[in-house]
Order: sequence, then structure tokens, then C-alpha cells
Amino acid sequence: MTPKEICGKLADKLGLVLDFKEEAGDPWASIPTDKWQQACRIAREEPELSLDFLRSLCGVDRPDDGEIEIVVHLFSYKHRHAFVMHTKTDRAAPRLESVSGIWPAAIWHERETFDLFGVDFPGNPDLRRILLPDDWVGHPLLKDYEEQESYRGIPTTRPGYEKKPFGPRLKKAKPVPKKEEQ
Amino acid sequence: MTEILQVAPDREELVLNMGPHHPSTHGVLRFVVHTDGEIMRKAVPDVGYLHRGLEKIAELQTYPGYMPYTDRINYLEAMFCNMAYATAVEKLLGTEIPPRAEILRVIACELNRIASHHITLGCITMDLGAFTPFVYLLREREKINDLMEALCGNRLTFNYMRIGGVSQDVDDKWLKQLETFLDHFEPVIDEFDKLISYNEILVKRMAEVAVICAEDAVGFGLVGPNLRASGVDWDVRRDLPYGAYPQMAFQVPVGIGEKGVVGDCFDRFIVRVEEMRQSCKIIRQCLSNLPEGDIKAKVPKMLKPPAGEVYSCVEGARGEMGVYLVSDGTTSPYRLKWRTGSFAGLSIIEHISRGLMIADLVAVIATLDVIAPEMDR
Amino acid sequence: MEQLSNYIADYFELSGLAREIIFAVLILVVAAVVFIVALTISGLLTLAERRVAGRIQSRVGPNRVGPLGLLQWLADGLKLIMKEDIVPAASDGPMFRLAPYLVVVGVFAAFVSVPFGQLLIAADLNVGIIYLLAITSLVTVGVLMSGWASNNKWSLLGGIRAAAQIVSYEVPSALAVLSVVLLSVTLSMSDIIAAQGSWPWAWYLFHNPFAFLAFFLYFTAAIAEGNRTPFDLPEAESELVSGYNTEYSGMRFAGFFLGEFANIYLMSAIATTLFFGGWQIPTVTPEQQAASWGLQIIGLLIFVAKASLGCFVVIWLRWTFPRLRVDQLMSVCYRYLVPLAFLCLLANAVYLLVVPAGTLIDQIIHYGTAALGGLVALIFFWRVLHHIRSVGDRLNLNVLARGKKLRFDPSIQARRYGRFRRKKFMKETN
Repeated sequence: MTPKEICGKLADKLGLVLDFKEEAGDPWASIPTDKWQQACRIAREEPELSLDFLRSLCGVDRPDDGEIEIVVHLFSYKHRHAFVMHTKTDRAAPRLESVSGIWPAAIWHERETFDLFGVDFPGNPDLRRILLPDDWVGHPLLKDYEEQESYRGIPTTRPGYEKKPFGPRLKKAKPVPKKEEQ
Repeated sequence: MTEILQVAPDREELVLNMGPHHPSTHGVLRFVVHTDGEIMRKAVPDVGYLHRGLEKIAELQTYPGYMPYTDRINYLEAMFCNMAYATAVEKLLGTEIPPRAEILRVIACELNRIASHHITLGCITMDLGAFTPFVYLLREREKINDLMEALCGNRLTFNYMRIGGVSQDVDDKWLKQLETFLDHFEPVIDEFDKLISYNEILVKRMAEVAVICAEDAVGFGLVGPNLRASGVDWDVRRDLPYGAYPQMAFQVPVGIGEKGVVGDCFDRFIVRVEEMRQSCKIIRQCLSNLPEGDIKAKVPKMLKPPAGEVYSCVEGARGEMGVYLVSDGTTSPYRLKWRTGSFAGLSIIEHISRGLMIADLVAVIATLDVIAPEMDR
Repeated sequence: MEQLSNYIADYFELSGLAREIIFAVLILVVAAVVFIVALTISGLLTLAERRVAGRIQSRVGPNRVGPLGLLQWLADGLKLIMKEDIVPAASDGPMFRLAPYLVVVGVFAAFVSVPFGQLLIAADLNVGIIYLLAITSLVTVGVLMSGWASNNKWSLLGGIRAAAQIVSYEVPSALAVLSVVLLSVTLSMSDIIAAQGSWPWAWYLFHNPFAFLAFFLYFTAAIAEGNRTPFDLPEAESELVSGYNTEYSGMRFAGFFLGEFANIYLMSAIATTLFFGGWQIPTVTPEQQAASWGLQIIGLLIFVAKASLGCFVVIWLRWTFPRLRVDQLMSVCYRYLVPLAFLCLLANAVYLLVVPAGTLIDQIIHYGTAALGGLVALIFFWRVLHHIRSVGDRLNLNVLARGKKLRFDPSIQARRYGRFRRKKFMKETN
């Protein structure tokens, strides 16, 4: 099934009209947050969909919209179709129902999203930081993350280091000076 | 055998720390093991020692500038990481890769798969006590390293692929060397099999240990040889073909419970040995139809892919290496997420470790082929 | 020893207390000699292990220190002596310090009874073999002590596993030894050797099929007692770092380390004594041998050669096989080796009763077993040749593996030659 058909089927089952975006790259469906767990359950258990492989569950920080998007990539070994679902959570107090009961793989993916974005997943049996130490302050992958001054007495910057502004570096490389005759 | 034992709840537990420094060369991983004597109650992994923030770094780099970082996601299969990233950006851009570049990419990837399996198989046998196969496989891997050095200048973190193709071309001399290597290497796999694969002690250590059924494997998101060993016949190269793989004919080894149960450690071990043979076959096919032409498509210097998102995956040595790339039309990615096989591999250890012995935990970690940098990024 | 001390006392015309003192001094001298011999043997064994391991793994092994690396063990010993003496603060001090001594004593004291030659045995006890089996049990206590006193859960696990393993495998080991002692009727090491014939088919190995079996049982149990792969789970590197050895460094670690290698030699020596005819030279009877010093030296060389072959096999096994898991180890012992060992003992006893020595049936069985053994050896060597041929040019049989050594290798001679010569060398090679 193509992603559009899957989205249609999901929309039928949920009884809503789902927003389906087709830009450059993969198309994706936007699920309202309160229907999230239901949609995931239908995606997994509906025999025509049977999206049993949770490829990835991650967050995308959208500070301009004041939201953190949770993106889920699914795949079905049986039908060989893929599907992408997005949902949005409020950036100030992000929380989303956990889908770890549906796909056990989600336990660690949700832990990682909690660790790096601060999204709370009630229902996850083991929600604690995974990649960073347990007493780390802050959630690094947020766009406005500022690193703490020191961690357990270890300074995070070298003395004499000026912090550069956040953003891509586009400086041109300096021309290599010609070698003089030895 | 390792049946799941019923342990009385009032027995005392011994809490052991298989610390970040330990002689198994799987990277820096830590396990907190609750045991009752030798039998484990649970083994809780504690990861993050190798977290370098590569996903955040991507938001600072330009698209072509991030390519050397991709090597470090998993330095043992750097070509696959390169390729995953390159195919993701190329999907967004919609560029077409010249056929010569596709074939060169496949050659590089399959060579890297063989090299990565050398390390994996060597580590499995070394962790189980047979030190010699590791040294033999390293000896063979040196030959691959030499080939790679002649190809792209690096022995480990190759940085060979570019967005739009590859960076270096090959000449006949290198192709001849590659063919000599293949002629030399295929009997070595048979020798390895004869020497250690079916050794009674190794089989007894791995057969029927830590069986992962197909349902669990799919549910926990295992990919690659781990998934195939559990009986699920799935390979991204064959089932969702990309690059030059549609032209290649190869078989996909699936675990059949040869010495025990489907999905035990021995299956995971023997599937990897078979994969090495198939990789040799693929490389030979590539060698025989290598077209002439460019090695890199023309891409603009200031790469600005259109706003959108894409998920693209390649079949790495440790399974499906996926890249989820969100672009907002500027010169650097907006969000880049790596979906790696070791992440899932490590998450299943807590689930299957109940009732195993400590010695089995080592076998499980080794056969699940967990590599810390890929896990932590 | 007593004769010698009496001889010396008579020479100097002393009596009474002086005699006892001379006796005591003589004992100490002999003990020191035996200790040094045992140390040298275990040191050389460490070198042999590393060279053999290197060749098996298609690399070289140490070849820098001394010709062919023959002084490597001295360098290692010197390094270990010079290391910092670390005693973990939370460990149980006296026990921690005492444990290596127990292991060293347990193993090295057994060398007193090893029959290197017909007259070259420090103490020809009339209960020699039992003394050997008993004194090596002291190692168990040392290992347990080190595991506990290290105050480290992994060491504790290693120590417990080691103790369980050593104690369990003593049963089949002793039973196999006993079944051979039945054949020789005596427990003294020299007499066991003298009771065998000098030609290979007269060894106890080929005496009857159950003695043949007893050899394999003894050898397996001995490897397990020595904590060698495939039974080295107590010191499994990938899990326990070093098991009961972990917290030890410097000379204390050297105690454990040398104890392990001396144990290998000891087990080989016992196997040589019991099964392979010890210092017997073909065509020479023990009486003739006792008369001539030349023949004694040859006997010593023969004994050392046979024991070294056994050591080589033990080292070879280490670098070939993976290791057994603890429960598999125990099940091998109690479910396979112990019943087989009992069977061996009973069958040997019944054999001796039913088949009197020297009769036709005895001869047939004897030579039949010898022929069987010869056939097994032949098949083995044929297969080795077959594999060598099939591997082709990948095999490098250069046993000594003399690599091309640069005359002015900066890595070894950087300090010996001054800066001027080093610069000259660098300019020459670049």
C-alpha cells in the first residue's frame, strides 16, 4: 500500500481526517496528540497495515512553532510498506503517551527522546536518561540549549575560549601560502 | 543448559558491575548485573559512555562537511555510514548517481562488510576463550585494510563517499589486487569453518543460549544478521533494493537452528560466516560489470536541499543503518537522526538476560554484535 | 641425603648435634636447588608459551631479548620484581599477602618428588605419588584466600569457581593415577618408572586399554586442575579480567603466574612418570643406568623431553579451544570423568586379577594396545600432513621465525647509541 492509502485507512479507522503532507522526500501523516496511542495501536494491529517494525521514534525541535514534533517511522515486513507519522507536543511541557506497550523497541527510543529533548512519556516502564549521565542538566538537542558551566567540577570550556554563536560555519578556507624556495 | 530458573524472591542477590573497562572489545559499555550465584536475575545496561553528540554536530555542519563525522558513527563499518548519509541527502536532492559510482560504492560496502564481520566473529570466539581465530581474522583484515588504504587513503575511517558518488576512482591495478584478495580469501572462510565454527565446545557454548524468537526480534527492532538468525527472512539489499544491488544475485542466509534452536547465539554466529561468503560473490559480480564513466555526479557547491524530510536506509554489517534527515532549505541539516542496529541489539539484552549465566551474557553481547559508538552516537 | 650427611660428618669427624646441623643445611641446600630449578622451568615455560602462541597465531612471539628471545623470561621476572607493590586498601591485608605464598609452596614443594633422573630426585619418598597429589591441593586454599581477600566481587567469583574446579577435578585425577599405581604395586615415583620397560610398547600407557584410557582421563583432569583453557573460566579474561588474580601486581602476581606454569610442568612430569616411562632409555636396564653418569644425563634429557612434549600439548590446547562454561565444566567432571575414572580403576583391578602377567592373553592385549596407540599416532600425523598440504602457501613453517632484524633498530638501540649516530641512521634510512 502506498503511504496515502495507509493514511486513508488509518483515517477511516480513527474516524478523523488526517493531515497528509507530501513535500520533497517522504510523505508523512500528522496525528493529533490525543489520538496518538490509538493510531499507533491501529497501525500495529490492523491486518492490512500490520506495521510491526518500529524503525525510529525521535523528536524534532521546532522552537518557531513552540512545539516538539515526535516522528515515528514504521515498516511492515508482511506487506513491505513504510509509513511516517508525526505528532506535536507543546514545547513548554512536552508529554506524549508512551507506545512501548505496542512496540517494545519504543522503550529505548522514548528514553532517548526524553534524554535529548525532555519529552515526558507517561506509561514508559523505564523513563530515565540513557545517553547522558543521570545528573545532567538540560536537554541538548533543543535548539536553545546552553551547556552548563561545569559538570561535577569539570569545566565544560577551556580557559580563554570564546563561545561562538550557534549556527553553521560558512567561512571560506584561507588560501595556502606558496612555499618559498628552500 | 540455560533454562529460565524460578528463583525464590527472598534469596539474596549479588550485584556485579561489568564496568565500562572490560576486556571484551565491544566498546565502552557497562552492565549492572544482579545475580544469584552464577545465574543472572537481570542485566541492566548503562550506556552513554561514547555519546559524542553527533546528531547535534550535524546541525552545525554543512551537508558535505558532515561526511567525515559519519565514519565515526560506526568505525568498523564506516562505508555503510557514509553511504546511508549520502543516499539520504541524494534522495532529498533527487540526484542520480553515475553507474560507475554505484558499483564502486557496492564494492566498498561489501569489502567493509567482510572486514566488519572479521572483527565480530573474532570477538565472539575471543570472548568465548579461543584467542587464535581473532588473530587469524585480523591477519586477513589487514589485507582489506591495505586495499582500502590504496583506495581512499584511510584504513579505518574512510570518508570515501561523497554526496553524488565516491571520491576516488580505481585503476586496473587495484582491481587486480582485489581479485587476488578474493581468490585468497574464499578458502580462508572454509578454513575458519573447519577450525572453529563447528568446534564442539563453541557449539555447546552458543547453541540454545539466549534464544530470541522472531516475534521478539521484530518487536524490539532487531535488524540485520540478528533478525535473520531469528528466522525472519529480510534483507534491505534484496527486498528494498538501492544502488547497484538490483543487478546483483546473492543469497541471504537465514538462521535455521542448525545446532540448536532458531534464534540462538550459534545461529547469529553462523549467519555472519555465510554472509561473508555472499559478500565475496557480490564483489566478484561487481568486478565483472564495472562500467566506465564518472565517479561523482555534479552537485552544487553550496548544497541546499529543498525543505522536507527523508528516511533512507542501507543494509550495514550490523543491520539496517537508517538516516532520518530533516532539511529546512539551508546549508546544514535541521535534524539528523541515526537509526542503528546496535541500539536495538542492546535494548533486548535486558529482556533476554533473565536466567542466563554470566558467561552466557558475554556470548550474548558478542553475538548480538553490539558496538558502543553506534549505540551512543 | 642421610648417607651424604653422614659421609660429610665422617669426613670432618663430627658427631652429635653437628651431624643434625649438617643434615639440616644439606636439606636447605637441596631445597634451594630444587626451587631454582623449578623457577627456571616455569620461567622457560612462560617463554615457550609465548613463542608457541605466537607461531600458532601466525605471528612471531618475543624474539628481541637475548638470542631468539631466550632471556625474555628473565626480563619479565625483573619487571615484575620492580613493579609497585599495590595492596588494595579495603582488602584483608594478612590473607591477601599470604595467598601467593600458599600457591607457590603448594606447587614448588611438589618438585621435590619429581624424578628428573634415576638418581636425580631430591626426595625419593616411598609415597611419592600420593605426596604429589596432596601437596598440590594446597593451591586450592591459596586461590580461595586470594579471591576472598581481594575484596572484589569478581575476584570472589573467580576464586570460588577455581576452588570448586580444582577440588572437583582431583577426584578423576587421583582415580586415574590410582589405576596405574595398581599396575606398579608401588607408590614411589622412581619405582613406578623402574617397573615399566624401556621400550615404548612396554610403557604403562599401552599396558591395557584401560591404562590407555586412564592417561586421557588424567591429562584432562590435570589441565582442569591447572586452570588452563579449555577449563580456565576462573581466570576468563573477557568476564572476570583475571579472576582471583585481578588485584595482584608485581611479585605477588608473579607467584600465581609462575605457580600456574610450574603446575603445567608438574602435571606433564607426573604423566611422563606414570605413563611414558620416565627416564628409561631403550636397550638399557635401570641397573646399567645407575652405574654410569653419562646414562644418567641421557635419562634426564629423555625425561625433560617427554615432559616438555606434554607441556607443548597443554600450551597448544590453550590456543586452540574456547573455554567451557562453569556448569558444563562441572558436568564434564561429575557426569563423564568420574564414572569413567571409576570404571578405569575397577577394570584395571579386574584385569590384573583375571589376566596374570606374562601369559599369552596378556601379551596379546598389551601389544594390541600398543599397536592401537601407534595407529592413532600415525593417523594423527597423516592428518597433520594432509592439512599442511591443503593450506598451501599460506602456511609458514618457520618455527623459529627469525624476522629480518635491522642492525640499527632505533627502538632497541636508541639509548645505547648516542644522538649523533641515531641521526646518521635516520638520514641513511630516509
